[in-house]
Amino acid sequence: MTLAFLNLSWTVFANGLEFGGIYALMAVGIGLVFGVLRLVNFAYGQLIMAGGFALAYGAQWGLPNWLSILFCFGVVLALSLLMDRLVFRPLRGHSPAVMLVATFAVAFLLQNIALLAFGAFGKTAGALAFLNAPWDIGGVEIKKIAIIAIATAVFCLVLLQLLLTRTSLGLHMRAASMDFTTARLLGVRANRVIAGAVVVSAVFAAVAAVMLSVAEFQVTSTFGLSDTIFVLAGVVLGGLNRPIPATLGGFSIGFASGILGGVLPADPSKWYGNQYLPTLIFAAVIVVLVLRPNGLFTRGEGAMERL
Amino acid sequence: MSLVRRLPELFVPALLVLGTALVGLEVSSYLQAYFLDALVKVSIVVALYVFIGNSGVLSFGHISFVALGAWTAGVLTVPASQKTAIMPGLAHFLVRTTVGNIASLALAAGVGAAAALLVGLPLMRLSGLAAGIATFAVLEITNNLLTYDQSIGPGENAFSSVPQTTGIWQAAIAALLCIAVAFAYRTSRFGRMLGATREDPAAAAATGISIYRQRLLAFAISGGLAGFAGGIYVHFQPLQAGGLSLDLTFITLAMLVVGGSSTLLGAVVGALAVDGIYSFFSAATNSVDVFGWHLTVPQGTAEIVLGTLMAVVLILRPSGLTGGRELTLPQRARG
Repeated sequence: MTLAFLNLSWTVFANGLEFGGIYALMAVGIGLVFGVLRLVNFAYGQLIMAGGFALAYGAQWGLPNWLSILFCFGVVLALSLLMDRLVFRPLRGHSPAVMLVATFAVAFLLQNIALLAFGAFGKTAGALAFLNAPWDIGGVEIKKIAIIAIATAVFCLVLLQLLLTRTSLGLHMRAASMDFTTARLLGVRANRVIAGAVVVSAVFAAVAAVMLSVAEFQVTSTFGLSDTIFVLAGVVLGGLNRPIPATLGGFSIGFASGILGGVLPADPSKWYGNQYLPTLIFAAVIVVLVLRPNGLFTRGEGAMERL
Repeated sequence: MSLVRRLPELFVPALLVLGTALVGLEVSSYLQAYFLDALVKVSIVVALYVFIGNSGVLSFGHISFVALGAWTAGVLTVPASQKTAIMPGLAHFLVRTTVGNIASLALAAGVGAAAALLVGLPLMRLSGLAAGIATFAVLEITNNLLTYDQSIGPGENAFSSVPQTTGIWQAAIAALLCIAVAFAYRTSRFGRMLGATREDPAAAAATGISIYRQRLLAFAISGGLAGFAGGIYVHFQPLQAGGLSLDLTFITLAMLVVGGSSTLLGAVVGALAVDGIYSFFSAATNSVDVFGWHLTVPQGTAEIVLGTLMAVVLILRPSGLTGGRELTLPQRARG
């Protein structure tokens, strides 16, 4: 049973959904922090990397899976709060360009600390690798992790939507991302809102780390790096300022790269071989950005910032 | 401000470069490589400065023009007899064409400028984050193509057998040339118009300046300088597509930001200072002697020091070490 054309099968389709789901979570994580801080966090990938190493250590110490996942959440949260305290807070109010370059520096720094500490080959986080095994659903083999990733992404996004629309913290976060100054004048506490965004964004990074470590269980200093670059493009593509466009942007780029990665032949001699996947994706990103600079899924004007 | 009073803006960076070159001539050939590297970095950072410094718009894409320049100069100067051995998939007209050192550098600059113009035509309409991400996408695309397309270069392998014509003088003259072009552009009416759009885009547009055209011009000039610097670079050491990507982007941006991105002096000081620190810690990986004190650091220390330095400078002094001011002759007292 296939979708008939090319070699697009249900398995490839499920892979596309899996990456779409994971990238959507990362996109929301980046988008939430951007909403309140007007800061694009390049170092988001390094949070995921830290989570990956936490899982690897969990596996090495022989921790049960739930405990090493918990450890992963702890490490990512701690690093994220530390990053906020040491870098983002002193930079508040600086120009977006300075903040962007600063997070770029943090990303580079963390990546090299990991290289120094864990070596070029990194560590193995194989405890969850059994999720790569397929489930047989109506005669179609679909990897367990694909289904788990999609379900988790939907679950997390629904929770986030509830948080944003049904709690006072969510209300404050939405207000702050519309107009931070006015929100503060009306009694929204800046540090609380920012901490909220940073924590939620870190939780999503940890979830993404767990999901990504299943397929890519050799955790090195570049773990999550290329995913983050894709997601950053996706977030800007969708529209940074609101959670739903950002989610859709992240999802579409993950879905597109998952599908194309499966459909294109792994043949380096062909111009349409899958080694040129980044070129295809980023060329599409440029085209979309030129046509719709404020994002694909936004209406009206986007966030005004100047880099 | 009169041109005479602005001359220190040109001469101080030029003297710094000359001084570096003269010291580089005196040291051992092992140390000389570090001085050469610093001079090549000056060219790249000055190229970055022409666009980023004058326009105030970030670009993560300039290293792709450096890479294109390096590929152009490299492919065209590898001796014809070795071309097919090193690059089996090379396109026929590239196999047949071989040029000299100077011609290859001129072509590298041309390719860099043409690529920047082409990329800039759509991209310079963007601003803000969209522009940042789009230039990033350009970097990813260039790197992806150069890594896998074996008809235009060595693919993933290092660019070996390129004549090593970049000695200390070639590197120094190239850096001086870049500085001169950057100065000439900055003091020209176009440079001033772009500077006005950086300070206040709305006011600049209101006086009739087309932000798009001025940015595009700067982007093309800066891409040309970047391509030229790439040509110089490939004549200095065998490069690899993987090395002309994120890491080099980070290091050169760090140099520009640490020095102070809005001035030529900042670009040069940043490049020399950061390259000095970086080279010192890289060398210390294989142990160095500092005044008889033996120092060995683990691999990756240089990057960590650099990342920390950049973050600290950004937090404490966001306009860079030179504080965003050019050196000028003192103004005559007003009567």
